[in-house]
Amino acid sequence: MDERRLREVALTPDEYKVILERLRRAPNEVELGMLGVLWSEHCSYKSSKPLLRRLPSSGPGVLQGPGENAGAVTIGEGWAAVFKIESHNHPSAIEPYQGAATGVGGIIRDVIAMGARPIALLDSLRFGPLPESSRHFEGVVAGIGGYGNCIGIPTVGGEIYFDECYTNNPLVNAMCVGLVRTDELMRARAEGTGNSLMLVGADTGRDGIHGASFASLELDENSSERRPAVQVGNPFLEKCLLEACMDLSHTDAVVAIQDLGAAGLTSAVAECAGRVEGAGAVIDVAQVQRRERGMTPYEVMLSESQERMLVVVQRGREREVESIFNAWDLTSAVIGQVTDDGLLTVVDGSEQVARLPVTLLTDGAPVRRLVGIAPDPPFGLDIDALPPLADAGATLLRLLASPNLSSRRGVFRRYDHMVGDATIVPPGGDAAMLRVKGTTLGLAMTTDCNPRYCHLDPHLGAQLAVAEAARNIVATGARPLAVTDCLNFANPDRPEVYWELEETIAGLAYACRTLELPVVSGNVSLYNESFPTRGEGGPAQDARPVGAGQSAIYPTPVVGMIGLIDDYSKRLGAGLRAEGDFVLLIGSTHNDLGGTEYLKVEHGHIAGRPPALDLTREQAVNRVVLAAAQNGYLHSAHDCAEGGMLIALAECCLLGGIGVRCPAVRPEAPLRLDAAFFGESQSRFIVSVASRAMPELQSLARRHNVELSLLGLAGGDTLEFEGQLKLTLSELREAWEVLVP
Amino acid sequence: MKFGVVVFPGTWSDRDCGWVVDQVVGAELTYLWHKDTDLKGCDCVILPGGFAYGDYLRTGAIARFAPVMEKIGEFADRGGLVWGICNGFQVLCEAGLLPGALIRNASLEFRCEWTNLVVERTDLPFTSRCAEREVLRVPIAHGEGSYFADPATLSRLEQRGQVVFRYCDPKGHVVPGANPNGSLHNIAGIVNARGNVLGMMPHPERCSEAELGGTDGLKLFRSVAENALKVLVS
Repeated sequence: MDERRLREVALTPDEYKVILERLRRAPNEVELGMLGVLWSEHCSYKSSKPLLRRLPSSGPGVLQGPGENAGAVTIGEGWAAVFKIESHNHPSAIEPYQGAATGVGGIIRDVIAMGARPIALLDSLRFGPLPESSRHFEGVVAGIGGYGNCIGIPTVGGEIYFDECYTNNPLVNAMCVGLVRTDELMRARAEGTGNSLMLVGADTGRDGIHGASFASLELDENSSERRPAVQVGNPFLEKCLLEACMDLSHTDAVVAIQDLGAAGLTSAVAECAGRVEGAGAVIDVAQVQRRERGMTPYEVMLSESQERMLVVVQRGREREVESIFNAWDLTSAVIGQVTDDGLLTVVDGSEQVARLPVTLLTDGAPVRRLVGIAPDPPFGLDIDALPPLADAGATLLRLLASPNLSSRRGVFRRYDHMVGDATIVPPGGDAAMLRVKGTTLGLAMTTDCNPRYCHLDPHLGAQLAVAEAARNIVATGARPLAVTDCLNFANPDRPEVYWELEETIAGLAYACRTLELPVVSGNVSLYNESFPTRGEGGPAQDARPVGAGQSAIYPTPVVGMIGLIDDYSKRLGAGLRAEGDFVLLIGSTHNDLGGTEYLKVEHGHIAGRPPALDLTREQAVNRVVLAAAQNGYLHSAHDCAEGGMLIALAECCLLGGIGVRCPAVRPEAPLRLDAAFFGESQSRFIVSVASRAMPELQSLARRHNVELSLLGLAGGDTLEFEGQLKLTLSELREAWEVLVP
Repeated sequence: MKFGVVVFPGTWSDRDCGWVVDQVVGAELTYLWHKDTDLKGCDCVILPGGFAYGDYLRTGAIARFAPVMEKIGEFADRGGLVWGICNGFQVLCEAGLLPGALIRNASLEFRCEWTNLVVERTDLPFTSRCAEREVLRVPIAHGEGSYFADPATLSRLEQRGQVVFRYCDPKGHVVPGANPNGSLHNIAGIVNARGNVLGMMPHPERCSEAELGGTDGLKLFRSVAENALKVLVS
């Protein structure tokens, strides 16, 4: 086999050998293309599969773990929350608007396939610094809004980080949350020999062919030539598809719904059949409605045209299903049948064009046993060498205006975050919360990951991402329920990157196990790395040393988390609510300056160890906040995250429109003043409390052995630490809203 | 009292409006499909927010040709209450039931945020529960909500008092800084000369319950619920 041809379908010579052995013949062109896409990293997880098994995926509330279109957990009152996060990094790097838009479209279809109505979207984004990366930033934000606003699903959360390492490889991770009655939860299984396979939605075109393989390559200067591999989104069509599928899930004529995403029809059919022991399928490409003339079977099977769904329909009831689609002016066609021969057979009319074992497609890719080698530790940090804090107020203003800490209002007001009449904690604080209409349940949701921590210590950084997400949930008064993860990494063929992947997954597994959070769905995106000066090539090529001109992203394990509050009238916001309230810090503060925004912005370093994390302490602090919220002691709660206590306090003031007066902070040695203000010690919250609730809160904290310290009193329109800083809310807002035009 | 909520395939505020009508106001609710040719005896027709047919061409440009729109035109001619919200306002302008047009926001960006509206007409069936020059807090969510009309139309609107809502500051002052989209004269909502067809860009159905951040929108729904039966429909 010609090596160039193999490279076109992103297969290695070794993999081709495995195909020959399993098939006992040479695959034809169509088969080779089908195997190429399904054996891509994006579809097969061949480099990460053994590691992913370490993540805990079961728990009392789990209805569906990994392996389906999305995960599902029970939330009570007969409802299940369905959710998943997925990357669309490579397409967004090339064509930011459409890449991001179709990323949103794809994750919505994953949730629809479970029979759930999507109720919320979140987007975790990483870009290079502005203004250099404004093409990516503007395009991605517009694409997310363009799709989500049109389809009518609120975009309620997410995060944006800027760092040099994302300049050539921006990250776009989209998460969707849906609701379904537990007894109407669907699974995409091709059950029932003889049942019909219907393709519905958009006509099939040549767009996106080899998208999955493309996503499994590094970007290079030829990447823009791959623009045809980026699909174009049609949110209006998806809206019709969504409503039609909601109508479908109420009829028993439908056995299963499967999203067509990466690797198009090939993947959809193979996955659907692969979930049922012994099942196969026959597909007639001649029945597939096309947008373009002259498409070959190869192109039809590999097309990644968006807004399409595969529906498994009870034999004889196709008409019923078709009439539902017709009501929404959607075209549908029976394109094949479920078989029991374990083979995916593709015919073009009367001519057979491919015939492959389903298991060869879905599980045949040889697992790549990669080697991880720890790189030299990032250089340490001698905090004693840092000059003392000169002017806390000036530093606060600079940090508030810094790219990673400034207000995201300018972005989330470009997303419709209210449609659905369910958003009861809007974006801008910690987690967002949506009510489950007709119940008192509130569903909190967030995405988190500080990639700088992960770069400095991937094992700890991954745990910190889980803890941070959990704290964001807890700050709304909800208890964390379950996790979806999106693991964004550079080229794992490099041992230090594979080591990062190993360490990250170990850290995630440890934190999720300790906090009893099952990981019910997720996605891996590798090869987020670019070499500005090299030709075409792929993951199979030789591992390269870290060299000049290379840009690899930091390990970025984005943690998506949902949480639940039984009575949403007890939910909390981050902003201060009443003048005269006591403002307190829950948790203890240490000299945690490693990897902080303060260190980067004020001293120009990315160094040291990330903040220490003790998950037992973390749980104790979370329990205090949850119990205090449950008992109605608190008026607000806000997680202390990047930028430390002072940034968090400034946010409490700005979000609530109320100032705080505090006595001077006089840290006891060895605690430094800059660490007290801007250090990023974990397991801390800022809460506000009416004075009469103070005794109860104090005894609650004592019982859990959690430190509680009074910062000051809410009131006025300044943030003041006596003799140390005094700034008006409008001065703070002006700095903070630097990104709000 | 029966509300009919129109559903185009790309409408998304239908269920929000329906929720408020049914669950909050407690009035009778029916959905009107865009292909319907019968208004099912509704006393007030709501054209809700969304992207009727995708709005790739121009907002509301295709929706005006929907079968249901012909019936809505006739209903309006008979004096029936028609209430266009967001995309519904755009559709009413395209259909010629209201003057002017909604063009791209001056910021060139979609905007979803809370605005303040001063109520300039309280003698309408839509606003009777509002006080004179009351300030309502109502969110917007649109990319094309900048009200535009030629000078003659605009001065006619002003002279006849057809401007119902204007974007204002929290104290009710109509100032440029309170205008979120570049609308002429800070216009957020207008009514036809007869007073039975209202179009507004802000979303009252998103602020009809305290947990959503405000209840000012409910005043409009309750006004309609109270008055619809008094409106003579032949």
